[in-house]
Amino acid sequence: MRVNFTVNGRPQEADDVWEGESLLYVLRERMGLPGSKNACEQGECGSCTVRLDGVPVCACLVAAGQAEGRDVVTVEGLADYAKHRADAHPGADSAQLSPIQEAFIDAGAVQCGFCTPGLLIAADEMLERNPSPSDADIREALSGNLCRCTGYEKILDAVRLAAARQSEAV
Amino acid sequence: MATTGTPTDITQGTPTRGGIGESTLRPDGTLKVTGEFAYSSDMWHEDMLWGHTLRSTVAHAEIRSIDTAEALATPGVYAVLTHDDLPTGVKRYGLEFQDTPVLAHGKVRHHGEPVALVAADHPETARRAAAKIRIDYAELPVVTDEASATADGAPLIHENRDDHHAGHVPHPNIVHRQPIVRGDADAAAGRADVIVSGEYVFGMQDQAFLGPESGLAVPGEDGGVDLYVATQWLHSDLRQIAPVLGLPEDKVRMTLSGVGGAFGGREDLSMQIHACLLALRTGKPVKIVYNRFESFFGHVHRHPAKLWYEHGATKDGKLTHMKCRIVLDGGAYASASPAVVGNASSLSVGPYVVDDVDIEALALYTNNPPCGAMRGFGAVQACFAYEAQMDKLAARLDMDPVEFRRLNAMEQGTLLPTGQRVDSPAPVAELLRRVKARPMPPERQWLTAGEAADVRALPGGLSNTTHGEGVVRGVGYAVGIKNVGFSEGFDDYSTARVRMEVVGGEPVVTVHTAMAEVGQGGVTVHAQIARTELGVAQVTIQPADTRVGSAGSTSASRQTYVTGGAVKNTCEHVRERVLEIGRAKFGTYHPAWATAELLLESGKVVTDGGEVLADLADVLEGESVDLELEWRHRPTEPFDLRTGQGDGHVQYSFAAHRAVVEVDTELGLVKVIELAVAQDVGKALNPLSVLGQIQGGTTQGLGVAVMEEIIVDPKTAKVRNPSFTDYLIPTILDTPTIPVDVLELADEHAPYGLRGVGEAPTLSSTPAVLAAIRDATGLELNRTPVRPEHLTGT
Repeated sequence: MRVNFTVNGRPQEADDVWEGESLLYVLRERMGLPGSKNACEQGECGSCTVRLDGVPVCACLVAAGQAEGRDVVTVEGLADYAKHRADAHPGADSAQLSPIQEAFIDAGAVQCGFCTPGLLIAADEMLERNPSPSDADIREALSGNLCRCTGYEKILDAVRLAAARQSEAV
Repeated sequence: MATTGTPTDITQGTPTRGGIGESTLRPDGTLKVTGEFAYSSDMWHEDMLWGHTLRSTVAHAEIRSIDTAEALATPGVYAVLTHDDLPTGVKRYGLEFQDTPVLAHGKVRHHGEPVALVAADHPETARRAAAKIRIDYAELPVVTDEASATADGAPLIHENRDDHHAGHVPHPNIVHRQPIVRGDADAAAGRADVIVSGEYVFGMQDQAFLGPESGLAVPGEDGGVDLYVATQWLHSDLRQIAPVLGLPEDKVRMTLSGVGGAFGGREDLSMQIHACLLALRTGKPVKIVYNRFESFFGHVHRHPAKLWYEHGATKDGKLTHMKCRIVLDGGAYASASPAVVGNASSLSVGPYVVDDVDIEALALYTNNPPCGAMRGFGAVQACFAYEAQMDKLAARLDMDPVEFRRLNAMEQGTLLPTGQRVDSPAPVAELLRRVKARPMPPERQWLTAGEAADVRALPGGLSNTTHGEGVVRGVGYAVGIKNVGFSEGFDDYSTARVRMEVVGGEPVVTVHTAMAEVGQGGVTVHAQIARTELGVAQVTIQPADTRVGSAGSTSASRQTYVTGGAVKNTCEHVRERVLEIGRAKFGTYHPAWATAELLLESGKVVTDGGEVLADLADVLEGESVDLELEWRHRPTEPFDLRTGQGDGHVQYSFAAHRAVVEVDTELGLVKVIELAVAQDVGKALNPLSVLGQIQGGTTQGLGVAVMEEIIVDPKTAKVRNPSFTDYLIPTILDTPTIPVDVLELADEHAPYGLRGVGEAPTLSSTPAVLAAIRDATGLELNRTPVRPEHLTGT
């Protein structure tokens, strides 16, 4: 089948998609967007988290056909998405990293980095809803994203740092 | 898009600066947060096929026949391979013994063993075709524990062993056995006022790295193959792959692609040979990516263990003796079991002074899943048991458990049971003092001012299972000792190539090693070392591949020591060569060229008094220095096979934990509130990375304390929980605050005085959590992981 949807602000089309293919497979193997990671493909680890019409979902659990006509944001488009959060016309340009991406680098929250794309999408969405989260809020929001390297402390640091920087910027 | 031939150039990533001792940021950080970093599962080629592995559905069986005709006839399928299709007479591989078939031949020895391979144009086509392969199994009885493995008439897992341990093991189903006898434990027991003993069980843990086993093999025009793969040691893979393919090593070109964690689970081969075989057979690039289910079968696990311990102590709290027996389940193939046995035995006494010991450790061959390397490597299981024993002794003597440990703590100069003297700082008592002195986290943190309890802070969390009634707190301590690097006489060297030249008027350095960056941050510290040694701002780290000599394994907490040492050593030789060039060009202009101690700093040649003699750009104008050198730490020796004596280890690493837990005694749910760590790292080359390693290692220890276990059916030897739904690793809600206290007591034998960091925190984390749960509940708890039924008696 053919599937049409918008990815990171750009219309995309995939042909010959097998009905059982996941959104994750189509993004990674057909659209050249391997940023969303394939760690468990069971909806347990959150490494493939993308935003589907703004809602964080595990792309491995979304059939590609379900994305027909919808908007997908992956880690590749996160910086642009964050920049144009309040903009009616996203996708115009992409330049710097989003605050959460910067904070992950600066706080040492990236080690092997396989969990990072999913965590970034989830954390960015949480900060959009809750700009000054408590530690318990952060832990609750990120509880669907497994990380095996960091012990999560630096990830907490990164989210706190991004929140603090955003509040300073306002 | 990630394609073959283009491993991610991390120099396009985060701009970094800073020498050793600074919290320099990762050069690959930007690439990893933007999704541009190419992991092995991201490799892609326009014309590629997908490989799939058919695995055994039974644990022990004769293979009567394999029928591949229907699979091969499936549209879209390009090749189906079995053992009979292997191109050479070399059909087995292995880290220590070559006992592992590339594809099962004659029989299968464990659930999930690879039997056949399929290459097809879509991964689902390959999976469906593999399901059409018909295998006629005649099931055999399974051997699953020591009793069944060594019973009279037990089936032999490997009928005709020809490995170097076969001659001295007491039974062919024992991979390796290491006794250690020092002093006279029986006589010393006579001096004991109290004697405690215990039997402990350590469950099978999985590395559960997030990036699945994966890679891309591309056939070369010369008949060779290019392999892009996630691994821990490129040259070890190469040594095992090339003979099976019938190719000289220079025709198997390996490049490290992005590694999504390892923790020991990538020391053994997984899909490497399989992908190469399919690529060479079909003439097309072949990508293999395991899904999570297959990943649980695709790598070895941490050895589950049974441990029997006896300790004695005098009434003033001094240990008199220790006897122990450690039985590790190695599963169907040897993997790293012999070395794990060596570690478990030699470190079985822990960081304590005990002169009279009687130790035996062994690993079994069974039909359980193969076990091998995992962070902590044999020392983890022992630490769980000896730390429980320390608490038992302290309780019997009515002493504080930390004070009891400090009374017996080893220090620099202490002899290990192997007779080896610990010849660098061993601040065991100090580490314990530090974790104990730390302020306690507040009680009843779930209570919020004037409002309902925040259930997120309670055991059971968002499941809303308690509001605090029936919740009790406990505190526990543990400390451990881990060897750094490969032991027992292993030639544990590394190689570094360093080039210094002028580019665009600036001196620049390129570092090329085959070190596997698995997330630990080696690429960061190698650049820091080069900047420190050569005084330049710009350092490029080349992708790791087999065009440079071996770096050894990214395991055993050794890479910063050994490959870091190799980078440092090569830089020192490059510096000498640069100074020779400088002397030849400018030596006549200033006497200091001949007389002073010269350094390279901030792009200049300076004297140790700070006088600038020349710009490096001028010295190197028109020339470059390019050296590739091997570097070795001081040698070790094998343990004597009867007495266990020998200077087997290079260096030791120590960490202590204090765990604070809260337990809902009604439901048996545990919440770890805090896991404080103190660790001696010798010298923190990158403090930020050191914290990440310590916190990550601590969390893996927490996981095995309360949730992580591969469950193998004892009747069928089949794995029951190969998924992240059923094999649980800690989430951010399960993981507490992990405050870290870092000591830097230099080891004079090591580069910069550093000490391997990655493994030690995994050792003591588990027993500290267990001790805290025992403290909270008063239960004995001799097994890990602790499950609710162990706490509620249901």
